[in-house]
Amino acid sequence: MMTTSTKDPVLVVIQLSGANDYMNTVIPYTDPLYYDFRPVVSIPQNEVVPIDGQLAFHPSLSPLKDKFWDTGKMALIHGAGYPNPNRSHFRSMDIWHTCEPEIMGIEGWLGRAIRDLDPTAENVLTGVNLGQSLPRALAVPGVPVASVANLEQYGVLTGIEGDKERNQALDVFARMYTPAVGSGIVMDYLAQTGQDILKGADILKVAPAKYSSTVEYAENSIAQALKGIAQVHLADLGTRVFYCSHALYDTHATQVVDHKKLWDDLAPAVCDFYDDLREHDASDNVVMLLFTEFGRRVRDNGSGTDHGSGGGSFVIGDPIKGGMYSEYPSLKPEDQLDGDLRFSYDFRGIYSTILERWLGLDAKPVVGGSFEQLDFI
Amino acid sequence: MASNDIQLMAHLMRRAGFGAPFEELEARAAKGYEATVEELLRAEEKPDWEEDVARRHMIGGHLGNAMPEIQGFWMQRMIATTRPLQEKMTLFWHTILCSGDSKLDHPETMDTHIDMVRENALGRYPDLLVALSRDPAMIIYLDNRYSHKDSINENYGRELLELFSMGVGNYTEDDVKMAARAFTGWTLAPAMNSFIPYQRHAFKFQYDPEDHDDGEKVFLGQRGRFNGDDIINIIARQPATARFIARHLYDFFVADEVQVPAWQTTPPRDPAAVNVLADAYLQSDYDIRSVLRVLFNSDFFKDESVWYARVKSPVEVVVGTMRLVGDHLTPAPGIESLVGAAGGMGQILLNPPSVEGWHGGKEWINSGALVNRVNFVANRVGDLSLPGVQRIVERLGDITESISPSDFVDGCLELMGSIRVEEDTRLALIAHVERGGPLVRDTEEERASFARKVGELLQLIASSREYQFA
Repeated sequence: MMTTSTKDPVLVVIQLSGANDYMNTVIPYTDPLYYDFRPVVSIPQNEVVPIDGQLAFHPSLSPLKDKFWDTGKMALIHGAGYPNPNRSHFRSMDIWHTCEPEIMGIEGWLGRAIRDLDPTAENVLTGVNLGQSLPRALAVPGVPVASVANLEQYGVLTGIEGDKERNQALDVFARMYTPAVGSGIVMDYLAQTGQDILKGADILKVAPAKYSSTVEYAENSIAQALKGIAQVHLADLGTRVFYCSHALYDTHATQVVDHKKLWDDLAPAVCDFYDDLREHDASDNVVMLLFTEFGRRVRDNGSGTDHGSGGGSFVIGDPIKGGMYSEYPSLKPEDQLDGDLRFSYDFRGIYSTILERWLGLDAKPVVGGSFEQLDFI
Repeated sequence: MASNDIQLMAHLMRRAGFGAPFEELEARAAKGYEATVEELLRAEEKPDWEEDVARRHMIGGHLGNAMPEIQGFWMQRMIATTRPLQEKMTLFWHTILCSGDSKLDHPETMDTHIDMVRENALGRYPDLLVALSRDPAMIIYLDNRYSHKDSINENYGRELLELFSMGVGNYTEDDVKMAARAFTGWTLAPAMNSFIPYQRHAFKFQYDPEDHDDGEKVFLGQRGRFNGDDIINIIARQPATARFIARHLYDFFVADEVQVPAWQTTPPRDPAAVNVLADAYLQSDYDIRSVLRVLFNSDFFKDESVWYARVKSPVEVVVGTMRLVGDHLTPAPGIESLVGAAGGMGQILLNPPSVEGWHGGKEWINSGALVNRVNFVANRVGDLSLPGVQRIVERLGDITESISPSDFVDGCLELMGSIRVEEDTRLALIAHVERGGPLVRDTEEERASFARKVGELLQLIASSREYQFA
């Protein structure tokens, strides 16, 4: 039943924008230091959802625990980060997107992966982003990625009435978006984007029309994005990499309320997504990665938490060997790095594991080196 | 067809404003370039927008979420303003001195925030920074109200240095802490959280001397018992600040630069121009209006190599289109949908994605955003009922008895704001017009068909690559 080995492996990435507080997501609830450092922004022991004697989930992750952790399909990667942590959102997110901690990278790691999966750009939908703007992780010049805010309305000059008139207009559009020598990088990029739209629009239109499901997603943005991903995945358009973002995890203040709301939206949305896929026998070839740009300070600031390092990532899916990977960073003052959790595992290892063991690619050129892989796949 | 004066005026108005219909370009060109620059700079000499009239159209916010109205209110103002440069500068600062309602959850405070920015948009930079540091929206957005004498919150101190003035690499982590200490006690009254439902109180700045760290601080090499004002005065006169602001102005008004995080390692596109602007800043007592006067009158700005060297931001696309077609020049329902349209292209007014603002330039473009840009503009310029479109149809009809396809295309490009396109694009458009048959307009029916052809051509021009640039 779940052994359709001919299906191509698919990766779904959810970006938790603004730096998710890992310490309050996977909580060291029996470590007295946790409550010492977090007099305000902590989850009381009687409210956490214990994993073992040391760690527990934030209560809002209960749906994920029930569906994935308890069935061995959820990997926690503690302390994911990189050397010399950068506490600027923009920069740190760029580092996660480009795998370039030292220099300003231009190419996104998933853009490179998409290029390797589809070197001749045969399918303009090999990578699909559900959202308003394209994240750098997916951006590599010359690699088409469809960035779709709304599946139903994807296509240009949709306001021109009459099939003949619209087709003629699309012909002119195609001609105007023909790259020409010497017109400049941005003009060429626009030309490429325009051509990709023409191709992608024709194909994507079928997805919502073909879709039917008993799963009812919530109205919030992350649930709707995952529903869009499910529609495209189930339409079987050859998409291998999906991306969407959930915001805003930048909980400098009033964290207890805001952080709960975020996970109250996210956790059920992920569960609905997998229910939807399972209902259509389409979940066994899908792996999901949830990541964020950094963790937050060990000590709370009286209302929230400031920018820190040493975050954590989650990998979920039927093919995943659930469990805890790498070491949970120590909270002891002598082990901290300027008041932050010290990262215990280089995030490029997570990418490498997924690239090699799941997508079947050579990870080294994509992430820029060799990094220790984990056994979650 | 277009005179050089009008083309240069079109360039100035795309940058110093949101573009202008052809009639306005003609009138301004007749007045002269420098006179127009001066008129734009002296915004306060123009009658202010009739704010009270527009406010009367804001009625729903009292009952529910006022945010769409407040965003629409600003959008409306940009479309209708008689002070385009003041509004453009307000947008400029909004992309740098970011604050957003996604965090505030308090629309009225975003409204007063942007009023504060507008009031200071063309003034001295340190005055703007002081007003910003006392601005309730910023005090909430970057958490200064949670920065206390006994436990500082570094958020505002850091971003003030990194994003609002000097840029990474020009200060130390200790400077960040010192700045944060100096701003302790800069807080709000009443200190109520914004998520209390049905709150109608306005936040006000309050200085709390009890919670201010009055101790000695060493900041950027200077020692003293600095308060926030002192920090801003020190920051404002730093050459790094001059260069940072100069480069931002160049990026926004002259030509797209690389993204801000790369500025530390990538030299400016035109280092001499940035130096000229930085000098103007330092020599004018940090007066932004003086810097802009230098900028718009400089050769590096007027040079044809920087025409169309900027990708329009979504707000520029939407506002510019409305001014062109003459829609929403007075308050009317539906303005919120224009806010949503810009959002669909990647820019939600008063809600930047993070404190670091939007990634502009080439990064405005991706398949989703381009779809939205093309369709939004095409649907407006193809609407023959809109006054600006009607004027274009009339003026084209006036030209001569018989109009050739190439004159027809050139005329449309001209009347859309003296737009220049690549020759290949022009030929594609001419071929399309030729395919449509003769451009006669003797009978009523032919005149209607002529108008439809104008609308269709305007749509195709709006969907071109060139139209994405300012």
